[in-house]
Amino acid sequence: MDIFLQQIINGLTTGSVYAIVALGYTMVYGVIQLINFAHGEVVMIGAMTAFTVIMAVVGLGLPLPPALIVLLGVLAAVPVCMAIGYTLERVAYRPLRHAPRLAPLITAIGMSIILQHLALLIWGRDPRAFPQIMENASFAIGGAAISTVQIAIILMSVVLMAGLTWFVYRTRFGIAIRATAEDVRVAALMGVDANRVIAATFVIGAGLGAIAGVMVGTYYGIAHYTMGFTLGLKAFSAAVLGGIGNLAGAMLGGIVLGLVEALGTGYIGDLTDLCRWPLVGGMLAERCEADGHAILFGSNYQDVFAFLVLILVLVFRPSGLLGERVSERA
Amino acid sequence: MTSQPYALLEAVSLEVHYGGIAAVKGISFAVEEGELVCLIGANGAGKTSTLKALARMIDASGEIHYRQERLDQLPSHALIGRGLALVPEGRGVFARLTVAENLAMGAYHRNDRAEIKHDLDRIYAMLPRLKERAEQVAGTLSGGEQQMLAIGRALMGRPKLLLLDEPSMGLAPLMVEKVFEVIRTVATQGVTILLVEQNARLALHTCTRGYVMESGKITLADTAANLLADPRVRAAYLGE
Ligand SMILES: Nc1ncnc2c1ncn2[C@@H]1O[C@H](COP(=O)(O)OP(=O)(O)OP(=O)(O)O)[C@@H](O)[C@H]1O
Ligand SMILES: [Mg+2]
Repeated sequence: MDIFLQQIINGLTTGSVYAIVALGYTMVYGVIQLINFAHGEVVMIGAMTAFTVIMAVVGLGLPLPPALIVLLGVLAAVPVCMAIGYTLERVAYRPLRHAPRLAPLITAIGMSIILQHLALLIWGRDPRAFPQIMENASFAIGGAAISTVQIAIILMSVVLMAGLTWFVYRTRFGIAIRATAEDVRVAALMGVDANRVIAATFVIGAGLGAIAGVMVGTYYGIAHYTMGFTLGLKAFSAAVLGGIGNLAGAMLGGIVLGLVEALGTGYIGDLTDLCRWPLVGGMLAERCEADGHAILFGSNYQDVFAFLVLILVLVFRPSGLLGERVSERA
Repeated sequence: MTSQPYALLEAVSLEVHYGGIAAVKGISFAVEEGELVCLIGANGAGKTSTLKALARMIDASGEIHYRQERLDQLPSHALIGRGLALVPEGRGVFARLTVAENLAMGAYHRNDRAEIKHDLDRIYAMLPRLKERAEQVAGTLSGGEQQMLAIGRALMGRPKLLLLDEPSMGLAPLMVEKVFEVIRTVATQGVTILLVEQNARLALHTCTRGYVMESGKITLADTAANLLADPRVRAAYLGE
C-alpha cells in the first residue's frame, strides 16, 4: 500500500470537512469579528439530527436508495442548524454587539456548553453508530484506495465551496455581505440592514456546518455529543491558518490542515520509532529486538497536529496564509 | 396635511455629543428643494458630526424633518430608500470591492434592473475613468478616482438629497475642479445638495446659499454672494 498517496486521499477528505466548517467561523468573523465558538456544536447537532432521521427512515424499512436516505438526513439537519445559528445570533450575540469583545467571546463559550448539554439530554452520552447504509465500495488508485463516501464528501465540498463563492461574489446580497464586512456604517448608507447581513452569515455558516456534520458522521460512522468540540477547534485552526475572515483562506486552510494531519498521523509512528534513531536505538537494543519498534508518538497523536499548526501560525504568521497583514486592516 | 410647514430638509435644535463633549450645539437650518447649500467652517467646527447626524450614523437630539417625515427615529439603512444619500468624509469606498461592485452597492436598495443599467451607463459616461477601471479593486484607485467613485456610487441610489462631506479633501487642484464640475452637473439635474467644505472660496462660488459653522454653532447664514462679501468670512475663511 502506498501510505503517502493513501494519506493524501484521507487528508483531502477530512480537509474538505474542515474547510466547510471553517467557512462558518470565517464568515461570521469577517463581518463582526466574533469567534463563534459554538459553531462546532452546531455541526455536532447537524450530525445528531441527521443520525436520528436516518435511523427513523431506515427503521421504516422502505426500499429507498441509501444516498436518498442520507439526503433526507441532510435535509432535516440543515434547517435545524440554520434555526440554531439564527437563534444564537439573535439571542446571544446581538444584545452584545457593542459590548467589549470579551463579553461575546465568553458568551460563545457558554453557548457551546449549553448546546452540548442540550445534545446530551436529547441523544444521551453513548456514541451513536451511524448506520452504514451507503455501500462503501473502494476504488484502487495507484496503490491506494478511495471509498465512495470519500468521493462523495470531496465532491460535495467542492460544490458547496463553489456555490458559496458564487453567492458571495456574484449576487447582490453576497456583495452586500462583503461591503458590510468592510464597513458596516457605509453599507448602511447604501440601504444594507446590518442585522440581516449578520444573521445571514450565521444562518449560512450553520447550514454548511450541518452538511459537514453529516459528512463526518457518515465518514467515521459515529456521532457523539462531544464531537463538536475537537472538530470545531480544528476547523477554527484551519480558518486561522488560511487567514480568519478570508473565505478562500478558510477553504485552503481546511485542505492544508487535513493533509498535514493525515500525513503527520501516517508518518509520526515511523518518525518517532526510537529503534530507527542510531544513538537511542542502541540503548534500546533489547526492546527493539523483541518488539521490532519503540514508538514514542503513535497515530493516536492525530489531534495534536491541528493545534501545532494553530500555534505555529499564531506565532509566525498571525494573519494566516491568505489574510492581509494585520496592520493593513483599517 | 394641508400645508407643508417644513423645507425638503430641516434640522431643528440639532445637538451631537461625544461622551460629555458637545460637538454640535443646537443648530437649526433648512435646505429647500433644488438648492445647492454649503456648510463651511474650520476644523472641528462640527460639520461632519452634523452630516452624520442627518444620515443617522450617530445619535443626536433635536428634530430632523425630511420630506415632511421625521428622520430622527429611522435607522441609517432606511434613508437611501427615501432619497437621502451621504458621501462620507474620506470617501468610504469599499476598498476590497471592485469599482463595478461599489457602484452596484449604490443601487442596492433599488429593484428596477433596466433603470439601474441605464444609470450605470450615464455615470460611466460622466466619469469615464470609472468605466476604464470597472473591474479594478477600489482600494487601488487614486484619491481623486475614489472620490469620483464615492459620488458615482451615491448617484446610483438616485438621491433626491445628496450630502457631501469635503469632496475636495486631499485632492490636487485639477482634481478638485473636476469634482466640483461633477457636483454642479448633478445639481443641474435636479438633485438637492448640502455640501460641507473647508475650501470656503470654492464652496461659496458653487453654492447658492451658505451656513458658517463655528465650534458647534451656526454663526452666519446668508446667500453665497453675501457671505463672499462679508468681512468676517473674508478674514476667517478666505484668507483676506
Ligand atoms: N467619534 C468622536 N469621538 C469624540 N469626539 C469626536 C468624534 N468625532 C468628532 N469628535 C469631535 O467633535 C468635534 C467636531 O468634529 P467634526 O468631525 O464634526 O468636525 P468637522 O467640522 O467635520 O471638522 P473637519 O473640517 O476637520 O472635518 C471635534 O472637536 C472632534 O474632535
Ligand atoms: Mg469633517
